[in-house]
Amino acid sequence: MTSGPGAVGQGTEGPAPVLRLQGVSVSFGARPVLEDVSFSVAPGEFVGIIGANGAGKTTLFRAVLGLLAPDAGTVSRPRRRIGYVPQRVSIEPDTPLRARDLVALGIDGERFGVRLPSRSRRQRVAEMLDAVGASSFADARVGTLSGGELQRVLIAHALVGEPSLLVMDEPLANLDIKSGHEIVELVARLTTARSLAVLLSAHDLNALLPHMDRVVYLAEGRAVSGTTGEVVRSDVLSRLYRYPVRVLEVDGSVLIVGGHDVRVR
Amino acid sequence: MTGFFSSGPVHVALGAGAAAAVVSGVVGVFVVLRGQSFAGHALGDLGTLGGSGAFLANVNPLWGFVGVGAVVAGAMELFGVQRRRGRDVATGVVLGAALGVSALLLYLDTTTTSTAGATVTVLFGSLFSASPSSVPEMAGLAAAGVAVVAALYRPLLLSSVHPELASVRGVPVRLVALGFLVLVGVTVALTSMVVGTILSPALLVGPAAGALRVSRRPPVAMAVAAALGLAATWAGVVLSYLSDRWPPSHAGWPVSFFVVACVFVTYLAADLPGAIRRRRARRGPCSPG
Repeated sequence: MTSGPGAVGQGTEGPAPVLRLQGVSVSFGARPVLEDVSFSVAPGEFVGIIGANGAGKTTLFRAVLGLLAPDAGTVSRPRRRIGYVPQRVSIEPDTPLRARDLVALGIDGERFGVRLPSRSRRQRVAEMLDAVGASSFADARVGTLSGGELQRVLIAHALVGEPSLLVMDEPLANLDIKSGHEIVELVARLTTARSLAVLLSAHDLNALLPHMDRVVYLAEGRAVSGTTGEVVRSDVLSRLYRYPVRVLEVDGSVLIVGGHDVRVR
Repeated sequence: MTGFFSSGPVHVALGAGAAAAVVSGVVGVFVVLRGQSFAGHALGDLGTLGGSGAFLANVNPLWGFVGVGAVVAGAMELFGVQRRRGRDVATGVVLGAALGVSALLLYLDTTTTSTAGATVTVLFGSLFSASPSSVPEMAGLAAAGVAVVAALYRPLLLSSVHPELASVRGVPVRLVALGFLVLVGVTVALTSMVVGTILSPALLVGPAAGALRVSRRPPVAMAVAAALGLAATWAGVVLSYLSDRWPPSHAGWPVSFFVVACVFVTYLAADLPGAIRRRRARRGPCSPG
């Protein structure tokens, strides 16, 4: 593997990271999926994980979430719980669960036993729904929500437990451009307000570029990490994807386009 | 109708039916939510083995249903019946073998003991012939079942909606699934006492499926399902009692027929408003795109 931009030595200054992976390797049978992956996420940092299909993004997330034990290396997770927004959630339309109920499960969904309804909990759920702009469909069944609406409710579910790290797996998949941008703006706003670290994966970087502090690029099981300015460059991305990729500046915002026949008008 | 309220078998039928209907409503909502109707059906079929064995050993069939239901449910979860391949094998091989052995036991029941009605009782239920002691036993099991659902409620709900979301939060998803399936086994045993093993999924799934059409919150759905199941069961008991003057035999029609028919009607009634709305939405002036 060619040496990537920016060595992996970040996190030496500033506050202690909320998440740190050191030399994480995972293999399924003889096939290595992740090899010696190391990176860390500092409080308040917005980190994007990018990589082609099959590069190991989902496996990396499972290791971060503790759903999978790595064969080698360590994952130091935050003491407070991780807020998680999974990819492609599909819920049957006749599931008797309102958006409000799903968010409430974000407070103490793992607890056994009977919980009596309380006013402060209802208040907390209502405030969270308001913060993600989901108040207008709070009483709708989750199975009947649109992709963008459901994404907001899932973010509220993840954040209502006040985590220090928010992990989102492909949050923009299945969303149109407008909803995608709205979700990214929302996450950026919420995380800044709460000095919350974010780790998310995405295929389409364009919506993320204005907010991303750092990029972790995964290819063939290895990770390269750097600041957005170091990684999001035509030469670096073309080398990483092994495919011509151009980074353009249009009306002050950065755009990434792929393909041989890129022409700038 | 005056005889109805003073009849001992009627009291037993109403009490036993109520216990089974209430716990099926509560458990059934999660069965439908988790897409586990197949497990309910399989547990009913396998319960036949326990019921017919209990007749042969001269014990209340309830304990045969409960014993087999709880054990088999545990085995099913461990062997992964939720997966499609496991389900195919279970249907073709395990259920077939269990029903084959049940056929032998039922044959032995009718030939070696004097319980001629064993086959009908086990497969299709005969609520009027349940022993009076069944009522407190079934009520106890039903109350325990409702208590287990209350204890598992939040982790069970979250893992039914999205198992990964639950395990990230530290819910022992497989353990919860195992506990719930054993509970389904016990619930199916109770419904088998009312409508028999073959029809038991109807009482487990039918009222719950109807309730999901009309409620937006799980506790409401459970209450509605329990009420629908209770209404269907009691209506079935009353109709069966009244039918003893009906043709062709003037010996009364079976309770299970009426219960299942009432469940079917209540499901249609619950589904109708939504179905009409969907039809209107399709016909009405469509929004562009």
